[in-house]
Amino acid sequence: MSVIIFVELDNGSIKKSSLEAIYYGSKVAESTQTTATVLAIGSAEESALKEAGKFGAQKVLHANDGKLSHENSLAYANVLAQAVEQEGSKIIIMAKSGLGDAVAARVAAKLKAGIVSGVTELPDTSSGFTVTRAIYTGKAFASVELNSDTKVLVVRKNAVEAVATEASASVEVFAPTLQDSDFAATVKNVEKASSELSLTDADIIVSGGRGMKGPDHWDPLLELADALGAATGCSKPVSDLDWRPHHEHIGQTGIKVAPNLYIACGISGAIQHLAGVNGSKCIVVINKDPEAPFFKAADYGIVGDVFDVLPRLTKAVEAAK
Amino acid sequence: MKILVCITSVPDTTAKISFTQDNTQFNKTGVQFIIGPYDDYALARAVELKEQHGGSLTVLNVGTSDSDPQIRKALAIGADDAIRIDTEPTDSYFVAAQIAEIAQKNSYDLILMGRESIDFNSGVVHGLVGEMLGIPSYSPVMKLEITDGKAEFAREIDGGKEFLEADLPLVLGCQEPIAEWKIPNMRGIMTARSKPLNVVPATPMDDLTVLKKYTLPAPKGECKMIAAEDAEQLIALLRTEAKVL
Repeated sequence: MSVIIFVELDNGSIKKSSLEAIYYGSKVAESTQTTATVLAIGSAEESALKEAGKFGAQKVLHANDGKLSHENSLAYANVLAQAVEQEGSKIIIMAKSGLGDAVAARVAAKLKAGIVSGVTELPDTSSGFTVTRAIYTGKAFASVELNSDTKVLVVRKNAVEAVATEASASVEVFAPTLQDSDFAATVKNVEKASSELSLTDADIIVSGGRGMKGPDHWDPLLELADALGAATGCSKPVSDLDWRPHHEHIGQTGIKVAPNLYIACGISGAIQHLAGVNGSKCIVVINKDPEAPFFKAADYGIVGDVFDVLPRLTKAVEAAK
Repeated sequence: MKILVCITSVPDTTAKISFTQDNTQFNKTGVQFIIGPYDDYALARAVELKEQHGGSLTVLNVGTSDSDPQIRKALAIGADDAIRIDTEPTDSYFVAAQIAEIAQKNSYDLILMGRESIDFNSGVVHGLVGEMLGIPSYSPVMKLEITDGKAEFAREIDGGKEFLEADLPLVLGCQEPIAEWKIPNMRGIMTARSKPLNVVPATPMDDLTVLKKYTLPAPKGECKMIAAEDAEQLIALLRTEAKVL
């Protein structure tokens, strides 16, 4: 009956967003008087998987078939469905991401489960099972009741404040039956900037707009990001102009982020950009135009030249270390 | 090649979001509706693929007659015919089940849609449809070529891109820069009027989820301004006041 949490691995460690999902899952397990089981797919050391225990999981199922080492939502959904069956789980949880949504969708269809993506709070189980989810790209919320026997929740970053304890989880090998049809697509190539911090996982994001004036002027922004241990993003015009790669594009038609701190440099704050960042806890806007609409959505603002302000912020961060 | 493109009719990206009837209905007053921006990319690529390979291009919407202007626009952009499943869409599962029902009867080679609708942002309908039909689904796809019945496509992954090759049929959730949005020309608009728009009833099913109530986010507090010459203070404030460093 345990709540099952599908986690994503990055270089053998559980991703931060997935650790949050585990914590979320353990709270749901508590309120429904059951335990939390994690499913991890891909190669990882047992010690890294035990980390799940600190966030409230009692058990980790580890599926580590070599065929599963490459991210594959079809196969992962199949493995998850088998884990759900073994555990008799009725509640399935994962962190919101491209992979999370893909696996959630396929497993929901397999199990005829109600699925809610973009969940922002713990469920209300006082009568029935109701969750709150973000809609209209964060411009509103909806409370949704799940009536289905099996439920799939895809949880947005910062839905809960995860607290680690000293607890530990047991790790069991999970050997699912794999289907050839799940491996019908051939992976020809993967282009990945391996050193980069993932935008959806980052606690701090420093992002640049047209005010950065061109692809060759990005150093002050990158240096601040480096000093803060932040990921870097950009606005749509910047990625359209090829100043920065497309996977950095944050906004309505790009990546939606929800970091603790979002620092916007030379971004005016078009409504489509705001739609991608309105889940952020704290927004800082640096822009030389005092009328930039982004200031209305910001917590802190500096009216000034990014090329003057950014290096000074970097120095202040370094000095405070 | 038979292509199906599923489109949503959604409030314009700049629309003011509000609710009526004790926060249980979306307030459509003064709101302009558009084809979902991601769906528009899918449609544009589908039109190009049809030009290259021939075949048919059907556009599908799950919605009420309120969607008809967006469906006509899709026909004007280049779809041959349209199907509207006449119902108020209730959740992702319901919409996917309706699409799967139509797809099962017509065996499309390629089912394209946006990576997500911009009203509910779930991004799960393509995956649900794929599983319901027992065929692969991928998203978000930013490049798609069809050669000899095989699809070569690129999918955005965390921090990069993955290039894949797979046999048809496929269900793909699309995003930019898979194609440039297309604006209907006068000839397209004229011919769209006579293209078939088949309205079919929905297949009933149990509600797996029920939307109870909408809420708007709490209003944002004042933005605290820091003078440019005191920029360094920001770091201290982020540390001690906002507690995010």
